[in-house]
Amino acid sequence: MVQLVGDGGDAVAPPPRVTGRSVLDWISRRAEVVVIPLGAILAGLVLFGVFLWIQGHDPFQFYDLMYLGGFGRQLSIESALSRAAPLLFAALCVALPARLGLVVIGGEGAIVLGGLAAAAIALPLANAPAFVGIPAMAIAAMIAGGFWIGIAGALRHYRGVNETISSLLLAYVAIALMNHIVEGPLRDPASLNKPSTAPIADQLMVGTLPGLNVHWGFAVGVVACILAWILIDRTTWGFSARIAGGNVRAAQIQGLPVGKLIIGFCALGGAFAGLAGMFEVAAVQYSANGSLAARYGYTGILIAFLARHNPLMIIPFAVLLGGIEASGGLIQRRMGLPDATILVFEGLLFVLILISETFYGRFRIFNPEKRSPA
Amino acid sequence: MDTDLGWWAVPLALIGGAIRISTPFLFVSLGETITEKSGRINLGLEGTLIFGAMIGYGMAYLIGDAWAQAAINDAIAQGLPPPAVSARSYPMAAWLGVGIAAIAGSLFGVVHGLICSLKRVNDIAVGIAMMLFGMGIAFYFGKPFIAPAAPDLPSIPFAAWSDVSQVRDAFNVNALFIIGIVLAVVLWWAFRNTRLGLILRVVGDSADAARALGYNINLVRTLATAVGGAFAGIGGAFLSLYYPGSWNEGISSGQGLMAVALVIFARWNPIACFWAAMLFGGTSALGPALQAVGVTGGYYLFNAAPYILTLGLMVATSSRNRAMAGAPGELSITR
Repeated sequence: MVQLVGDGGDAVAPPPRVTGRSVLDWISRRAEVVVIPLGAILAGLVLFGVFLWIQGHDPFQFYDLMYLGGFGRQLSIESALSRAAPLLFAALCVALPARLGLVVIGGEGAIVLGGLAAAAIALPLANAPAFVGIPAMAIAAMIAGGFWIGIAGALRHYRGVNETISSLLLAYVAIALMNHIVEGPLRDPASLNKPSTAPIADQLMVGTLPGLNVHWGFAVGVVACILAWILIDRTTWGFSARIAGGNVRAAQIQGLPVGKLIIGFCALGGAFAGLAGMFEVAAVQYSANGSLAARYGYTGILIAFLARHNPLMIIPFAVLLGGIEASGGLIQRRMGLPDATILVFEGLLFVLILISETFYGRFRIFNPEKRSPA
Repeated sequence: MDTDLGWWAVPLALIGGAIRISTPFLFVSLGETITEKSGRINLGLEGTLIFGAMIGYGMAYLIGDAWAQAAINDAIAQGLPPPAVSARSYPMAAWLGVGIAAIAGSLFGVVHGLICSLKRVNDIAVGIAMMLFGMGIAFYFGKPFIAPAAPDLPSIPFAAWSDVSQVRDAFNVNALFIIGIVLAVVLWWAFRNTRLGLILRVVGDSADAARALGYNINLVRTLATAVGGAFAGIGGAFLSLYYPGSWNEGISSGQGLMAVALVIFARWNPIACFWAAMLFGGTSALGPALQAVGVTGGYYLFNAAPYILTLGLMVATSSRNRAMAGAPGELSITR
């Protein structure tokens, strides 16, 4: 396993003495985790600007359109928040196992299966009232997604199989399974060009938040992030997971249930990703089809790393990435850039955020212990 | 002549498929073996593979097209009727495409290697980032090359004697496949018997020992990742220039990643990599082979066979407690 969640340089530093400067010290220590990712994003903006400029595109027009399409108007903010909804869940699927030092990248599979399970259970519930049907869809999606990522966790624990590779392989299997089911057993004969399951009943469709054209998935996603933060920062389970993530053997000697923690955190992450699929079906597509594999799982990996696997930080970064992705269409139309432009930008951002890991603990201003004489 | 072989067509298609489909698996896994022997893992080879497919195809087309235009212009200048040539008339351009894909792949490897040389940067995470970046940049620059036809890599008809077309097809062997076999044997020998092989193994097994011997660990690992990247680039060019033989955004779905898993299964042994690649190629051919004899149900499920096989092999060969036999000591993925 790898050490994914570090506390930067102060992990090894002695506890700070309480002095008059302790508040300032506290701020400067906390500032590190904000300033370094922001620096990486800024570097990404500059480098990508150069990339565009070399090809004769206007980087300022690009960022202008990105702002306009993602954040500049109420319409674009709504579209950013709608796109952020699945990303919140997908990022949790990476951030929760990361507490145990696991790198799970197969969230896409849990999203796809969650959506499929929700659409499948909606079929016999066509006449059920919303308060029965919608929770049933959510539970089915969480079980399907949780089971899928739980497999990766169980393989890791019982057989030592690398969870990064196994979870991505499981994602490919999940997509094949979804294709098989929407083209075979559950295909709606009316879906000609795009094989889909039958549309869900009207009363099972999830609506929008009051006063905003954003579906409920966003609000549920924010609540999920807050709950996940409470779980890992404020409960003994989260504390145990952090210990196990730091040193498995020490955790086992302490008598911590490492296996249950690994499988549980993976399954919980997968269950959240499954909810992303459920909301895609219940609030966007209204049936399960190939559109469920829309790369949310992969953007979620980037968001989790940007947030350094802190569930609360996932919220702003998911909105940021949701806005960036929402602006893709506008950029494509106005500047004639290929739709993969956003993908390149995200890949660059990912590389830079990992490079920025090396700077933690290197700047004196963020490490008051080093600054003040002992 | 298309002979009706009945069910015999299935094993024949599997053997033919193994030979055709295994080549990218073979190249990526040989490259990854070199990288992992040095103690690092590069999960980004999926992205390298896709970028190699794009740049190999694109360059082969552009070079072939330029040569075709030059030939036509020459003929017109000499007052001759223009020859009926196109980009596809120049297999040499396809080989240049392979070379360019190798160079591009090694650049990806260098970037991965340099970033991983930084302190506190995790090689698995960098691999994921490079995978997404490689795909993005391949799709970004690859749009104009989806339509045009690039030249194919030539193949050697080993079964030209046969009058059954399926047999001829199955044993139409691409030169890269043979190069891959030769490389596997050479690497197997070089790891054991050459100074470079020894340096690689020392760096991969014990960073402390390598440091004590005065080797620059980060340099060795970065070079090993660069060579691994070049191999993956070649594997990608095979995908687009021979089989399936065109460039599109769905050209690889996890082949690069499965090849990384395959290295663990093959216990970092190049010869075993070859057999594992053949097994994967055969499994990947299962869906199309069954479809050809009329079994159409469960087409998508058969396409999932290679992923399930990979998972099964990983489960069978991993262990909860003991370190894997033959694993480089510094490798993060087996600890």
